[in-house]
Amino acid sequence: MVENRPWLTFFCHAMLIASIAAVAFPLYIAFVASTHSAERMLDIPIPLLPGTAAWNNYATVLAHGVPGASTAPVGRMMFNSLVMALSIAFGKITISILSAFAIVYFRFPLKNFFFWMIFITLMLPVEVRILPTYKVVADLGLIDTYAGLTVPLIASATATFLFRQFFLTIPDELMEAARIDGASALRFFWDVVLPLSKTNIAALFVILFIYGWNQYLWPLLVTTQESMYTTVIGIRRMIPGGDASVDWNLVMATAMLALAPPALVVLLMQRWFVKGLVDTEK
Amino acid sequence: MEKRTQFPVGWLPYALVAPQLAITLVFFVWPAGQALWQSLLVQDAFGLNTEFVWLENFTVLFADETYLESFKVTALFSVLVATFALGIALVLAACCDHVLRGAKVYQTLIIWPYAIAPAIAAVLWTFMFNPTIGILAYGLKSVGYDWNHLLNGGQAMTLVVISALFKQIPYNFLFFLAGLQSIPKSLIEAAAIDGAGPVRRFLTIAFPLLSPTSFFLLVVNLVYAFFDTFGIIDAATQGGPSRSTTTLVYKVYRDGFKGLDLGGSAAQSVILMAIVIGLTVAQFRYIERKVQY
Repeated sequence: MVENRPWLTFFCHAMLIASIAAVAFPLYIAFVASTHSAERMLDIPIPLLPGTAAWNNYATVLAHGVPGASTAPVGRMMFNSLVMALSIAFGKITISILSAFAIVYFRFPLKNFFFWMIFITLMLPVEVRILPTYKVVADLGLIDTYAGLTVPLIASATATFLFRQFFLTIPDELMEAARIDGASALRFFWDVVLPLSKTNIAALFVILFIYGWNQYLWPLLVTTQESMYTTVIGIRRMIPGGDASVDWNLVMATAMLALAPPALVVLLMQRWFVKGLVDTEK
Repeated sequence: MEKRTQFPVGWLPYALVAPQLAITLVFFVWPAGQALWQSLLVQDAFGLNTEFVWLENFTVLFADETYLESFKVTALFSVLVATFALGIALVLAACCDHVLRGAKVYQTLIIWPYAIAPAIAAVLWTFMFNPTIGILAYGLKSVGYDWNHLLNGGQAMTLVVISALFKQIPYNFLFFLAGLQSIPKSLIEAAAIDGAGPVRRFLTIAFPLLSPTSFFLLVVNLVYAFFDTFGIIDAATQGGPSRSTTTLVYKVYRDGFKGLDLGGSAAQSVILMAIVIGLTVAQFRYIERKVQY
């Protein structure tokens, strides 16, 4: 701060508070809606203060889902989302740290070819090749399985690229020392590279967890059985569209449950989250 | 860039890249090849008869009124999302950089909506704007404005743009704030001594220094608006009313999975791939060279 300008400072605070309120308002309304009974939601305007049916609504969706909508209980769908998010995060980190290690620490035939083939996948998100990818998964019999839900999304090069950049900054002397002491490549990986990569792994984990939990298009295609839906897809199925009646109180309770886990991850691990977000786009 | 020394080569490096390579081949290279191949074929509705037609799928596509329309919708949508997401995020970052008290708290509260799935954001806003029970639609009606995004295309577009901003503003904010905080304080102080006010300082010092960040974010935002917003459109409007929010990605999905027009959908996929590759190359080549401090 180079000078004191109370009006400017006041304006800045006002802008920031207004933007936070703009985000908080829909969340608050959704939360309020999730604490009222279905009958109360039919009165217009809808309530602006929390009601008393919260326990009832959340218990209903967690154990039974929304009556009339063809979805599994939300508890089950949250389990699916969790499996998906964790498998994608662990899977991506594991395979990409291994291949980055090979690409940086070995000189072998076809290395550059492999690197570019992996790198090119950076360019094409699953959205642009949905139909053929779906067909491959269907031919392999992976529809409605956790493998079908997660493995195709692990094929992305962001993490490999990130680990490659990081490994290049590890001093060569560490490796030379390890080799003089007679350590094998795997031993070096396990005892030196992996511990040094801890912060990168944590940052990447947060980003990938959110990415996995929030997936939409792929689970929409690959799951046909209600018991395999993820939470985000489940909500979509609860709102049939058009003028069909919707139990908004239960839908909003589900929305709250769907956004809570990634939101908690961001709030509790904010440092890693910021690092991961900035790193993965370099 | 390579390491000075390397481990002796055996089977090990191949084993280490094998998992990633296998997944890349099966779920990326093979489907992308299939899309290319299928975009040159026409198949009848039962999949019994397949004919090789060269580029006919593409010529049909570009003669198709609805496809050109979805191009326009996508362009409008991504320009709106990028403009508002960048503009609002820049103002908020400048404000957050200026205030001393509570800056950390503001930062956390602005960043966290990044965690909300775009589709969930769309559901929240659809609820707010629901023509019968939505609180905002009710408010608008009481001041004499009739809101019904199920009938009005412009209002439907507004709804999906607002939902898309939810995730993108925090992202841009983070990068702008980092950019602003890396500007040397001595520059700002020198300008202040010369009598430049805060607005002038922002426009003549901070803004030019942020240009690389801005261009990088512009590409990221366009890619986001093109591809990552499928969930928003499917959850909020399903491309309606009367295709006014049908973007290119949504049309690929609709033609392929609902319309079962495999050749046409594959041709659209190929065009999308070309767009992504074009944007990526632009990001690497043009932008990194032209925009410098």
